[in-house]
Amino acid sequence: MELIQQLVNGISLGSIYALIALGYTMVYGIVRLINFAHGDVFMIGSFVGFYAVTMLGVGFFPALLLAMAVCAVLGMTIERIAYKPLRNATRIAVLITAIGVSLLIEYVMIYLRGAQPEAYPGTLLPKQNLELFGVVISSQSLFILGTSLVLMILLQFIVHRTKIGKAMRAVSHDAEAARLMGINVDNTISATFAIGSALAGAAGVIFGIYYTKIDPLMGILPGLKAFVAAVLGGIGIIPGAMVGGLLLGVIESLVSGLGYSLWRDGVAFIILILILIFRPAGLFGKNVREKV
Amino acid sequence: MGGETSEKEKVAGVFFSLMLTAGLMAGCGGNEQSSGSTGGSGGGGGDVIKIGANLELSGGVASYGQSIAEGVELAFDEINKEGINGKKLKLVKVDNKSEAAEATNGAIKLISQDKVVAIVGSATSTNTLAQVQIANDNKVPVITPSGTNPTITTKDGKVNDFIFRTCFIDPFQGTVAAKFALDDLKVKSAAILIDSASDYSKGLAASFKETFTAGGGKIVAEEAYVAKDTDFRATLTNIKAANPEFLFLPGYYEEVGLIVKQARELGLNVPIMGGDGWDSPKLIEIAGKDALNNTYITNHYSSGDPDPKIQEFVKAFEAKYNKAPDAFNALGYDTAYFLADAIKRAGSADPVKIKDALAQTKDLQLVTGIFTINENHDPIKSAVILEYKDGQQQFKTKVNP
Repeated sequence: MELIQQLVNGISLGSIYALIALGYTMVYGIVRLINFAHGDVFMIGSFVGFYAVTMLGVGFFPALLLAMAVCAVLGMTIERIAYKPLRNATRIAVLITAIGVSLLIEYVMIYLRGAQPEAYPGTLLPKQNLELFGVVISSQSLFILGTSLVLMILLQFIVHRTKIGKAMRAVSHDAEAARLMGINVDNTISATFAIGSALAGAAGVIFGIYYTKIDPLMGILPGLKAFVAAVLGGIGIIPGAMVGGLLLGVIESLVSGLGYSLWRDGVAFIILILILIFRPAGLFGKNVREKV
Repeated sequence: MGGETSEKEKVAGVFFSLMLTAGLMAGCGGNEQSSGSTGGSGGGGGDVIKIGANLELSGGVASYGQSIAEGVELAFDEINKEGINGKKLKLVKVDNKSEAAEATNGAIKLISQDKVVAIVGSATSTNTLAQVQIANDNKVPVITPSGTNPTITTKDGKVNDFIFRTCFIDPFQGTVAAKFALDDLKVKSAAILIDSASDYSKGLAASFKETFTAGGGKIVAEEAYVAKDTDFRATLTNIKAANPEFLFLPGYYEEVGLIVKQARELGLNVPIMGGDGWDSPKLIEIAGKDALNNTYITNHYSSGDPDPKIQEFVKAFEAKYNKAPDAFNALGYDTAYFLADAIKRAGSADPVKIKDALAQTKDLQLVTGIFTINENHDPIKSAVILEYKDGQQQFKTKVNP
């Protein structure tokens, strides 16, 4: 029973990682950039949801949509201001810029409202515990899992069934060739940032409801974990991010469940190191030899 | 990509250490205050006795210092109605800006320029420790109202002659919690969940364990977490599987709030207990008032305590400041009376005589308990146990050492 309970705990945690990892992986797939500001977009999403609920008094879904919209705009703005001018610069320059943007968002937030934590109101979603053979599943975690799944299916639909999705796939395959074919690469990249950031915003609201406490530095660790999840699944591959996220959540829960709770974060990063050494393309990636 | 990763992780690492440090410092601040009284040879002249206050009036933990100052001022007003040995007390305040270096400077200024006979020390342990050397060298007693770290008064088994405190020390809360669990809640098995990075948390847990097992209880699970964690469900599932009757959770309110909430969600409905690190309005917001039912904390004092001495203080405080006094107000108030009592018994405003009188304090009736100073210059006094009921702290009982 305890094992199943740990699996349930892990899947709830993992679905949040998966939502954030999707944004990482999409952006990497298309511009080969690890967008380290992604965890902070997640934080902003969480705060937008919080203020929508407490100040505007709206319910869960309007708050979720508002957070997604604000984050989409924020993601596009970050791309336009910080990354676009560097598109032809070295990758390390863009990476350092990403870290700078991340710090900027965190500390502007602290400057604006202080570093103290905020607590999500607990009444946003119906709270009921479902008990199956001694395993407690809260209605909230089912709801969270459901919302995450719907968003992931929606993303698959956008990427595989729409015109913009086709453009995204083309740009990620070969940006130069896509441009020659008449695809507007700038707009496609903007759209990718918008979608990825919207997912991070949704994850922010879900995180707030599930864990209650939010603060301006809350994005750092989930951001890094989601990055591990994206690498685990194979960075740039959308189903890989989902599986990587869920897997990482379950692994973390099991590690804590075995009594090594202090090792939990360490294990996540050991996985990152092992994957990078033994299978750098990730679980779902194909090892492609680089052309020289 | 490997290279990129390590870059970010390095930055993140530095970051986390900063955050951790900040968190720890804030935490310490929450649980520690120090007050000192400064006395200088010149302070006793004329018909006033000058007392220094070296407090956090601005900076990160300003609210602690301000609260203590309010308590001290109220007590001085009352004491000066009659005076001590025909003299009046005069408070000289310096602001240490919540920084240790400023606390040292403040102590030097109070002693050498203002010639105070005693110093009400700083609110936090760190800022009080910064004054220890100055106080011992100049032979001026310092009393911290709220610095709970044991090393303030004793270092390497040696007592700092001129340093005293008004609050109890960290391990005492663990002992009180264990006694309460055994005697009042009548539980036989307990689980402990600590913040692995906090000396405060470890100190409380160690003394809880010692007293609880000595009293016939059994510790069935011991788990730890890291400050700033948000997901405790896996650890709590483990604890639940061990089937404890009681959970001891000494930590600070941010994590504690989440732990209590998640424990209740997993169906771990046993009583949960912690120390003064829980004491924040944020705790109720984070955990939610329903989850907090059946939880208890140890604290310095409760404004809901029916003791007439306390109710008198609460009334006087409300009349002057128009708000209910918190634990820091009470500790500041008590520090002033602790000092006034010693000056009266010393019969003089000589700092060394005041120090001797402070060390001999016995059975002094104060707001935060009946007060006797032990050989380590730490007070032996009662702690209160508060219960959370529908998001309100309610006075449950008083435990004597």
